[in-house]
Amino acid sequence: MDKLTVAPSPHVHGHDSVKRNMYGVLIALAPALAASLWFFGLGALTVILTSVLSCVLFEFLIQKFLFKTKPTITDGSAAVTGLILAFNLPSNLPLWIVVIGALFAIGVCKMTFGGLGQNIVNPAIAGRVFLLVSFPAQMTTWPAPAGVDAYTGATPLGLLKEGLHTGKSVAEIADLPSSTDMLMGSIGGSLGEVSAIALLIGLVVMLAMRIITWHIPVSVLGTMAIFAAIAWGIDPATNADPLFHLLTGGAMLGAIFMATDYVTSPMTKSGMLIYGFGIGLLTMLIRCYGAYPEGMSFAILIMNIVTPLINKYTHPKRFGVK
Amino acid sequence: MKKLESTLGNMVMVLTLVSLVAAALLAVMNEITSEPIRLQAEQKEQNGIKKVLVLGADQQVSVAPAEVKSVDGQEFTIYRVTDAEGNAIGAAVKTSVQGFSPNLTVMVGFDAEGTIKGYEILSQAETPGLGANVPTWFQAEGKGSVIGKNPKTNNLTVTKDGGEIQAITASTITSRAFLKAINLEYNALFGSGAHGNTGATQPVK
Amino acid sequence: MNGIIKENPIFVLLLGMCPTLGTTTSAINGLGMGLATTFVLLCSNTVISLLKRFIPDMVRIPSFIVIIATFVTVLQMLLQAYVPTLYDSLGLFIPLIVVNCIVLGRAEAFAAKNSPINSLFDGLGMGLGFALALTLLGSVRELLGSGKIFGCELWSEEYGCLAFVLAPGAFLALGYLVAISKLLNKK
Repeated sequence: MDKLTVAPSPHVHGHDSVKRNMYGVLIALAPALAASLWFFGLGALTVILTSVLSCVLFEFLIQKFLFKTKPTITDGSAAVTGLILAFNLPSNLPLWIVVIGALFAIGVCKMTFGGLGQNIVNPAIAGRVFLLVSFPAQMTTWPAPAGVDAYTGATPLGLLKEGLHTGKSVAEIADLPSSTDMLMGSIGGSLGEVSAIALLIGLVVMLAMRIITWHIPVSVLGTMAIFAAIAWGIDPATNADPLFHLLTGGAMLGAIFMATDYVTSPMTKSGMLIYGFGIGLLTMLIRCYGAYPEGMSFAILIMNIVTPLINKYTHPKRFGVK
Repeated sequence: MKKLESTLGNMVMVLTLVSLVAAALLAVMNEITSEPIRLQAEQKEQNGIKKVLVLGADQQVSVAPAEVKSVDGQEFTIYRVTDAEGNAIGAAVKTSVQGFSPNLTVMVGFDAEGTIKGYEILSQAETPGLGANVPTWFQAEGKGSVIGKNPKTNNLTVTKDGGEIQAITASTITSRAFLKAINLEYNALFGSGAHGNTGATQPVK
Repeated sequence: MNGIIKENPIFVLLLGMCPTLGTTTSAINGLGMGLATTFVLLCSNTVISLLKRFIPDMVRIPSFIVIIATFVTVLQMLLQAYVPTLYDSLGLFIPLIVVNCIVLGRAEAFAAKNSPINSLFDGLGMGLGFALALTLLGSVRELLGSGKIFGCELWSEEYGCLAFVLAPGAFLALGYLVAISKLLNKK
């Protein structure tokens, strides 16, 4: 320790800490949480509680008994993982599947690599993708939101994909919801992704608290909008309009809360823009040409893995170096 | 003995000898195994036909040589089966359709009246956990059983399209493709008359 | 006979990953693939060791490949004729034994320098180590993926995590098994 040179006081303290930022994210997630409870009721509550509690519990157990260190569950990072994982699940998912997802997220994706700050991919997304691959039937049966007597069992993107698969054009797919429904959230989908407006409020909160910067959300959503606009401009019969793509599926949830995870996103501003562009592009490629109706979580996972490379190539110049 | 030098002559000689011995060995093996392999393939086809028509393995039947029939560009392979006295038992029909992925090959056994006795999926590349359940879902003990139904009197389409068959959970596309294959096969065998939609035009609601 | 535990081709040498990840969807497939590779290793190691003086250095790799490919083709024909169910489930991976690094690696590193008897036992050890690892990996994946081991149901299939039967599960399970074997070797 005697090699560490400490500058004379006064020191400026940034007020930044893992704890402050994680609780900030929790506050920003509150509107979406309220929306999910409103639309999906008790089912949403039990899934969220199970997910958060099991994430925190697994983190505690692994730190205490495998790492033999003092558990750091009070920093809130496990709770955020649990909440975001729950937001990515349908509200009628059997609870034991939720627990497996939490175990995968915390145990495999976070703790195997050494805990907070060491993970390569976002644990919540990896947990969701693992469940999607493992239990595809349960993960793609969606309940209808309360108070809406329309379509059950399919997300707008799912309806779109299935309709196009049977040879219909976009205009002929009758059950697609209106933009207002998609903005407010009365559509089928996983817990936290349905209400675009609640997620946008969360974005404003996080920007105001300076938890995140605008670069990633704007570049993800911007890329998606441009891609969708080009495709729609070329052939409106087989491509949905840009607004539809922005308001459906995990676009908002992914761009605002999942892609912006500090540990797994690039450090520089230009890196963030490249990263966001990659996510937007991959998401749209999967949505338009892939087998799955939604590609947000896969896109984020892929770009998480590319992040170290982006960091390497967008290394900031040291002051004074040409 | 000294190791052979890497001269051109030695290298050519050794490689030629090694290849010759290998070729000779493989020729002998091929001679020995070609007959059992052919029998296996034949047995497999016969068993498949017997299975979809729910016949005992030792039941004496004769299977007519495969007929290949093409209707509107769709190819069907038909095996007509008769019992020892020459009475028609039914037929097994094989065709491939586009499921969620290409090449969902379905073989269905119809009795003489066109009632479905059984089916088998010969090849598929559907999504694991979803569409890949197709080999069991439509069997007698499955949730969307088609066994004992007749495409002439039963509407063999998914409930979503107004039919009477429950689709595989979250795999409507695969289910539609499978049922379409059955209806097409019925039409290929009996000329026409399937009640259900064959997927040529999708009903627009 | 180092191959079984101390120099296990999968957990220690990390060779032959392609068939390891591709064929271990169930314990029985893993065992079948392991034994098939053992057969090829035994034959190729012995024959190459016998012929090592007659093969000039500059053409040794092509000669080894021809010898290995011959045995693999023989194996393929035998399986197709007499064990068709195993042949169907292993499919493309049987001809791919030709390019399994373990087979060529042992030919080059061991059989070309040692006596036929030693090479035979080296092939046997490596082969059994490979079979052991594949069976273990297959069992883990089958158990987690479908609740069965060697086809015996331990719990209902609907509680199985399908991911373990698919490709991602192969990587995950292999990673954890390698980690555990490192931990055990250290002690």
